Amino acid sequence: MDIAQNILLTIMTAATPLLIAAIGELVVERSGVLNLGVEGMMVIGAVCGFAATALSGSPWIGILAAVGAGAVFSLLFGVLTLSLAANQVATGLSLTLLGLGLSGMIGEAFVGSAGIKLASIQIPGLTEIPLVGRLVFGQDPIFYFSLILTGGVAWFLFRTRAGLTLRAIGDNHASAHALGINVLKIRYLAVMFGGACAGLAGAHLSLVYTPQWVENMTAGRGWIALALVVFASWRPWRVLGGAYLFGAVSIGQLHAQALGFGIPSQFLSALPYVATIVVLVIISRDRRLTLMNTPASLGQPFVPDR
Amino acid sequence: MPNQHSETPLLETRGLTKVFGSLRACDGIDLAIAPGEVHALLGENGAGKSTLVKMLFGVLDPSGGEILWKGNPVGIGSPAEARRTGIGMVFQHFSLFEALTVAENIALALDGNVPIDRISEEARRLSVEYGLPLDPSAHVADLSVGERQRIEIVRALLQNPELIILDEPTSVLTPQEADKLFETLAKLKAEGRSVLYISHRLEEVQRICDRATVLRHGKVTGACNPREETPSSLARMMVGSEVASVSYAGAQEPGDVLVEVRSLSAPARTPFAVALRDIDLTVRAGEVIAIAGVAGNGQSELFDVLSGEVTVSDAESVRFAGMDAGRKGITERRLMGCSFVPEERHGHAAVPNMNLSGNLVLSRYASDRKTFLTGGWLSLINQGPVSAATRRISAQMDVRKSLEDPPAGSLSGGNLQKFIVGRELDRQPRVLVVNQPTWGVDAGAASRIRQALVDLAKSGSAVIVISQDLDEVFEIASRISVINEGRLSMPEPAASMTRERIGLLMGGFHDGSGHAQAEAVDAH
Repeated sequence: MDIAQNILLTIMTAATPLLIAAIGELVVERSGVLNLGVEGMMVIGAVCGFAATALSGSPWIGILAAVGAGAVFSLLFGVLTLSLAANQVATGLSLTLLGLGLSGMIGEAFVGSAGIKLASIQIPGLTEIPLVGRLVFGQDPIFYFSLILTGGVAWFLFRTRAGLTLRAIGDNHASAHALGINVLKIRYLAVMFGGACAGLAGAHLSLVYTPQWVENMTAGRGWIALALVVFASWRPWRVLGGAYLFGAVSIGQLHAQALGFGIPSQFLSALPYVATIVVLVIISRDRRLTLMNTPASLGQPFVPDR
Repeated sequence: MPNQHSETPLLETRGLTKVFGSLRACDGIDLAIAPGEVHALLGENGAGKSTLVKMLFGVLDPSGGEILWKGNPVGIGSPAEARRTGIGMVFQHFSLFEALTVAENIALALDGNVPIDRISEEARRLSVEYGLPLDPSAHVADLSVGERQRIEIVRALLQNPELIILDEPTSVLTPQEADKLFETLAKLKAEGRSVLYISHRLEEVQRICDRATVLRHGKVTGACNPREETPSSLARMMVGSEVASVSYAGAQEPGDVLVEVRSLSAPARTPFAVALRDIDLTVRAGEVIAIAGVAGNGQSELFDVLSGEVTVSDAESVRFAGMDAGRKGITERRLMGCSFVPEERHGHAAVPNMNLSGNLVLSRYASDRKTFLTGGWLSLINQGPVSAATRRISAQMDVRKSLEDPPAGSLSGGNLQKFIVGRELDRQPRVLVVNQPTWGVDAGAASRIRQALVDLAKSGSAVIVISQDLDEVFEIASRISVINEGRLSMPEPAASMTRERIGLLMGGFHDGSGHAQAEAVDAH
């Protein structure tokens, strides 16, 4: 039965960075901004987190560095698309390319050096409980934070005034402007929140998942996070479901490959993507609900007239 | 009235100017609104009214001049500052969020952190008090134009302003609803508040406004007491020339049956839509049938079913010129000789970002394939005839535009509507269905559009006009029907129809018993 617990643990660990990055992007997109640079911000977070940890010896300083680096890096996107009203798709794509290149340069000195893993929580007496102890009481701090983050964002979006304002801007930025809401300021904050989350997701990769630095170590997870946001109809708890489903199928297919059922490995490797998309498409088949949750001004630049 | 000049105005502008590039949208506007005054701002579309009120509400920065509030110069940098100053606003192009609920939309315009539940309660109370029924939990996307306007009005009232600016508030209200609004305004006035009232409806301005300021081409062309003027003298100040009144030949011999709707029912597609119930309607060549009714009683649903945007399973329940059309789509119905003009100009009747000729091709590529397309199966756009038709329509309908072929969205509401109606009339349809043909359109453009509809009927076509504007209904219709909760009353000749009877039908008194009940009510 310990095997089951181990498999569940690896699934949760695999899902956590996707969840954090996707929740950050969800907030960005709810404000009407499409930032395709998640992959780039994530990899910058991964390398900065690893480097700061290696230099300071503390993974906590590494996490702070990753969050800060992600936010600062997203600010570049913010200045270009919000203040200068550049095309969001093109800017986001270049942000990813820039992030991948820049992270390779920063990380060159750290390739192959031993990483420091962020310690998992240990609560004497509770963590040792059979079957569920390590799942509930023995994981890394970022995992717990990711759940708080999901709940917090859901509460913020649908229960607070500030969340309502954010959704309103995403729905119709011209009307929001006419009501006196500072559209660009709130979009800047949302973009930086998304950057900080992507940075944290990157730090989870280089400090928890595989505590080392390898070039391009995000391996497309930023893109998965982006897809999760859309297929989850911009709803936080669905993002969580999607991230865990993706994690489960990708870990499951690894085990299936190891056991060798005679299923082509290419098919198994593709399975997580197919399964996640199919399931999320099925649950978002209610068109009305999807339309209600789609930010109508997504990707459109806003230039206030004065 | 005599002491009005000695009193300090609540709001005053001196030489207020706004320049966009080379266009002087507002050019040295002097305006003074006294406390407790209902002040009308009159002018055609493009006269600078909207620009002026946007400056007063802090949405636009003035290029020159000053604004005085209670005698002190103020800078209104944002709508939030305007609200703090004591100015409330009902926008003409609604500043609503479709994906949000009514209560959420209202909450966004209020300062501070009032809980949504309390806003819902307050909004429900206010909306009932002012006769503007609203469901706070409904999503705006599911509401009609009229209902959306109610949200705007209730939202402004909730802010308890000293000056409330209303931009064309009654254009989609029934006479009864408008009367309720006028009561509201009278109440606000009695409370010492001022109202800046923008309207194209001259009768209304005369009825409720104490003073009027008239704008033309960004300049003040007159200030008067509207009660001492006649509608035509006001219109002259506004337009600079006489407004032609629509001439309808009236009872002419109706021809063949062109539209036949039999026992048409359609379920509501969303929880907030209206189901159509057992609708019968026959329209003959040469007739203009007007369908009156309060917003949100199934008008858009009926239009969708007539236009083919929504098809029905019973093919025979909608017939055009003897052909079954119930299951046919829009293009197929257009090929049968029908034309349709939906209510929303932007995004439904026209693509705002595409230029006029592109919009022309989009609606007529199938019906005028030989003229507008070339190259056989390649279906290339034949730009010459398309440009010629765009010019012809613009000239025919007097569409005023700054470029030869501007994007549809850059035209003012009235000019775009003239183009859209002209686009459909240009192909001489046998059947034309129009929803709200003159909503938010200035007097000159509206009379031109109405005349065009009447002329089409005279030339032997069948015209169905869905309208909430009773003046319009009486001006052009040969027969009038009323829609209420998805049911359509039997059309009655316009000559024998009265406003009272329409009001009763709007309230749900139907057919047979209708006369008896009408009489019973009249007897009171």
